[in-house]
Amino acid sequence: MEGAKISLLITKDLVKWFGDTHAVDHVNFTVKESEVLALIGSNGAGKTTLVNLISGLFRPDGGQILFRDADVTKQSVHGRIKAGIARSFQLVNLFDQLTARDNVALTIFSREGKIANLVALAASDSAVWDEAHEILKAFGLEAKARTLAGGVSQGERKLLDVAVAYALRPKLLFLDEPTSGVSTREKAPIMDTVTSVVRSTGISAAIIEHDMDVVFNYSDRIVAMHQGAILADGTPDEIRRNETVITNLIGTTEAR
Amino acid sequence: MSVPVPAPRTTASATRPLRIAVPIAVLLALVPLVLPPYSSILLAYGLVMAIGALGFNLLLGYTGLLSFGHSAYFGVGAYAVALMVKYLRVASMELFLVGAIVASVLITSLFGVVCVRYTRIFFGILTLALSQVLWSLAFKFFWVTGGTDGLRVPTPSLFAGLVTGAGDKIAFMSHAYYYYVLITFCVCVALMWVIVNSPFGMALQAIRDNETRAEFVGVQIWRYRWVAFLVSGVFTGLAGALWVPLNGLTTPDIMHWTFSGEIVFMTVLGGFRSFAGPIIGAIVFNYLKTYAVGYTVYWQLLLGAVLVGLVLSLPTGIVGTASRLVARFQGRS
Amino acid sequence: MDVVLIHLLNSLLYASVLFLIAGGLSLIYGVMRIVNLAHGNIYAFGAYVTAWVIGSVAAGASAPVWLALLPAGALAAAVLGAILEPTLLRPFYPRAEEYQLLCTFGLLMILEDLMRFIWGPYPLSASSLFESFGSFSVGESIYPTYNFLVIGVGAAAAIFLWAFIYRTKFGVVLRATSQNMRMASALGVNVNRVYIEAFTLGCFMAGLGGAIIVPSQSAVLGMGVDALVLAFIVVVIGGLGSLEGALVGALIVGFVREAGITWFAEIELAVLYLIAALVLLVRPAGLFGRP
Repeated sequence: MEGAKISLLITKDLVKWFGDTHAVDHVNFTVKESEVLALIGSNGAGKTTLVNLISGLFRPDGGQILFRDADVTKQSVHGRIKAGIARSFQLVNLFDQLTARDNVALTIFSREGKIANLVALAASDSAVWDEAHEILKAFGLEAKARTLAGGVSQGERKLLDVAVAYALRPKLLFLDEPTSGVSTREKAPIMDTVTSVVRSTGISAAIIEHDMDVVFNYSDRIVAMHQGAILADGTPDEIRRNETVITNLIGTTEAR
Repeated sequence: MSVPVPAPRTTASATRPLRIAVPIAVLLALVPLVLPPYSSILLAYGLVMAIGALGFNLLLGYTGLLSFGHSAYFGVGAYAVALMVKYLRVASMELFLVGAIVASVLITSLFGVVCVRYTRIFFGILTLALSQVLWSLAFKFFWVTGGTDGLRVPTPSLFAGLVTGAGDKIAFMSHAYYYYVLITFCVCVALMWVIVNSPFGMALQAIRDNETRAEFVGVQIWRYRWVAFLVSGVFTGLAGALWVPLNGLTTPDIMHWTFSGEIVFMTVLGGFRSFAGPIIGAIVFNYLKTYAVGYTVYWQLLLGAVLVGLVLSLPTGIVGTASRLVARFQGRS
Repeated sequence: MDVVLIHLLNSLLYASVLFLIAGGLSLIYGVMRIVNLAHGNIYAFGAYVTAWVIGSVAAGASAPVWLALLPAGALAAAVLGAILEPTLLRPFYPRAEEYQLLCTFGLLMILEDLMRFIWGPYPLSASSLFESFGSFSVGESIYPTYNFLVIGVGAAAAIFLWAFIYRTKFGVVLRATSQNMRMASALGVNVNRVYIEAFTLGCFMAGLGGAIIVPSQSAVLGMGVDALVLAFIVVVIGGLGSLEGALVGALIVGFVREAGITWFAEIELAVLYLIAALVLLVRPAGLFGRP
């Protein structure tokens, strides 16, 4: 469990200002290979901003982002995806006018560099469609393959969002609140599906979560953020016993 | 162990559309044999506009970009032909088409670089403004473009000189040239159909539906919009090249924003959220214009009022409304 | 020397009118996040009404009367705006933006022909007012005195608007609604009323631009779209939604256009667009714009 696990992602003194506030304040954040990490913190702690910086939605005001030993700080979103970073969104972000399998298939076409193809019918590339079907099946969505993404249930949309990000075959998958807006009894099945897919392929996942049950039941490691800085970093047991974390976060969240 | 689901196939397969398209193509091919020459010439104009509208709708319907300046590319195609006649003494239709494509590629790639960084309003006004700039240039450089008098274009030779325009011009236009237009039209429709059903076409629709997510599945937004802009402009430029021998003359008017407005109108009339919408809209509009222009001099007023009405109450146009009615009818029986 | 002065005055003249048009466009966008493609035709409408009132209706009257009637175009444009916003624009706020663009484009076409229908295809002039102001000498040249009125109105409008938006209660409400419509609504602001007021004000400005320029150049068909095309350069350079941007952009465009007309008339519009394209590439939001 411990030991020399290779670092996949390292941020060094990452800084982001919004006006006068330090949204991300000299953060040194790491994600190791093949681990599931939970990123916790109260609202405004900087979790989503950190993910936005790493995935390329925002440019940092200072610091560095290293991914698999390469400096991606100045890389475009496209470059980071090619390097192996993918993400899902807190507010589900899908192509609602396309079917579930179109959503996944498009991602695969993009990954394979096939979207530059103007004069070939998308329908004729069976390899892509077969893979899309496999991915949907892994996420339990094969029954909804031909349904428009805008027409499936909220829980299924959250899973589809993850599936689309997963279809990029990233090395590091960021999931922004994958169970938010979903009823409590649906959370476990969603997390079971997501973590089983992640662990079976050996990729790493960093999950922003507010639900402490989810956090403690599914993660190998927990990173707690507060007011833009990292408060604590350790295994679930260590975090459970950490006084500062308890007072600042766990005590104030709705789970307990 | 559940029954394996057959591998999901198609977002589109070619058989159904072909079952509709082939009979229609046959009907269109029969027109010069059955109807008087005037009818086939009129229809030729409609088919030419349909190619232009098809190109325009790649941007609007599939990429979500509303251009108010497509008259510029139509004009570029038309003037490329006219200038080839004037300076190079060319008379071959094939060379005209090549020249128009080259010219369209040059202008759209240039305009595209500026325009595709923006969406919606800015894109709309930028395209409008750039086409006005081109119009003003066509106007002002009258020693090249003939100014308001325009440039004449004689009957071209078709199929690498095999068919010439010598002899009765009406017969030529209503038969030989009509078939040339029809063939080009069929090729363009087939090509556009492949493009919108290609992985590229899927990427465009993704950009239309959710730009942020498209970026985060690895689509480079500007690049894809730019290519769409290019393809769109080239189709419309091709239409301009086909139009000018029919009209015999090209003037700066076709680069004016009012013509862009007509392109927008015919596409919205037909229904911009469907593949066939622009085609049907263009052909219907062509007939409407020919007959209505005789009734009123306030053509813009009529167009504008109908456009507003369409957008308010029938936003899916002819094709969309027809499909809805058919679906309701089928639902009842 | 006096030639330079005349060029300067002409630049300020263009800038005045452009500021009014572009400022109106920016104001409407800033508050309502819509761009009315027919905005240029509202300017043209103002020009036509004033030209008609001064040149036809009150043709036999005297200079003071004409001067008093000058704002007629601005008022007519404001009334037109007040009618258009609730009827043709409001239905489109909840819908996809393409429909809004299509609607205002349709409006552009309607207004263009409406003006032709009402006033005919020939230019309408109010030159009587222009001539009554006479001219004065600038060094060895003469310059029309009326142009000072135009420059003056432009400057006054800029000051008045600044005061209105930053010093009055309505201005506060306007700014609040532009920054956060939902929040303003939650705080009790009648957003519908703010929208109609902002739109009316924007149209008033455009109409005023048309009204003050028409005595020195006639109202012609097509002036609306020409103005829109120029106003667009102004907001690209200055930033859409910013009044300071509209002012600075108008001055820049005014100067470049004057230089263009003097030295490279055929490609003057193309040069302006080249500059706009460069600005877009370097500073996409414009000099004072916000995204």
